[in-house]
Amino acid sequence: MASQNIRLGPEILATAITAITVALASAGWAATASDFDAAYRAAAQREQQAGALRNQWTPTEAALKAAQKAADMKDYDQAVVLAHQAEALANASIKQAEEQNALWRNAVVK
Amino acid sequence: MTGRAGRRYRWQWIALALLAVALLPASAEERTDPAADQRAFQAHFRHAFPSVALNDFANGPYAVDKGMRKQWEEIMQFPPYEFALDRGKQLFETPFANGKSYADCFPNKGIGIRENYPYFDQETGEVVTLDLAINRCREKNGEKPLPYEVDDMAAIDAYMASTSRGKPFDIKIPDDRRALAAYENGKKFFYERRGQLNFSCASCHIEAAGKRLRGDILAPALGILASFPIFRTDWGSLGTVDRRFVTCNQQVRSVPFRPEDEAYRDLEYFLSYMSNGVALAGPGARP
Repeated sequence: MASQNIRLGPEILATAITAITVALASAGWAATASDFDAAYRAAAQREQQAGALRNQWTPTEAALKAAQKAADMKDYDQAVVLAHQAEALANASIKQAEEQNALWRNAVVK
Repeated sequence: MTGRAGRRYRWQWIALALLAVALLPASAEERTDPAADQRAFQAHFRHAFPSVALNDFANGPYAVDKGMRKQWEEIMQFPPYEFALDRGKQLFETPFANGKSYADCFPNKGIGIRENYPYFDQETGEVVTLDLAINRCREKNGEKPLPYEVDDMAAIDAYMASTSRGKPFDIKIPDDRRALAAYENGKKFFYERRGQLNFSCASCHIEAAGKRLRGDILAPALGILASFPIFRTDWGSLGTVDRRFVTCNQQVRSVPFRPEDEAYRDLEYFLSYMSNGVALAGPGARP
């Protein structure tokens, strides 16, 4: 039987990441500056891709700013959560741009 | 003709037909036909608002809601853009440091020409809006460009628009593949969803035109730019088309482009062309 690709929606992914991060934090795991750097870099890279598609979202920009602010305050747990949220939002904006590239024609008044 | 020769000719015709099909655009949807788009667009609004006259679409929400129209008629006893309009006339008529003026940069000395903007410049291969032309005029005469969304730019734009009141939009799309591409870009921008709220321009101004969004009545897309620049009560000042595009994008949680970005100019080109025949009524007042 052919295998099926199961794709998680960005919102579900963001929720799952947040839940895992919160669970790890409450279990005594604490994020470090390098965890934040990696999470922020990944999110910023995806946001840059959304920019190349000319479809950035304001909540992504806000989440990136908030993540950096939390990191500046050395609250790396929160900073990592926010960076993951920003990445999920950027992924959703990329998906929207890719889908709309063809779907917009369906809305044209004929 | 022998049977074998006949078969050979038949195959040649089939090959030619296949080649012709291959050279056509992949689908009818991919062909750009602005005139057909415009007919369908205007027919949609005639059907959706049968009691609204074509020129009344320039009045946006006031054309489709009786209550709002009454309020607007009261407001227009003392139009909120009057001071800006006077200032625009003064700025327009004030010579630059080099002695030249805006009138030297435009056809007919800049009077009664708003209905022809935006236009496609075949020399530079781009869409030129009135506001872009105003700033290019300034730069050509050694003046600094003005910020695009508000203040002096909106005032000059308002004065120039006022000299075209009553003249119908007359936007041309030349038979030039670059002009057609710009038109198509504008059309795409209008119909594609963007931002976290997943709205397109068409979501509000076609699908929900005339309906309420919180306290506002959504303006029909037909004639939507015919009253620009507009004094919005929400803004408390006069604003240009760029200001509206930027705030629309922000409202759907999309990062807006810079004013006069190519995407916005193409969008203005598409929307203005769709409204050809609607008489200009700018500057205007909106909630």
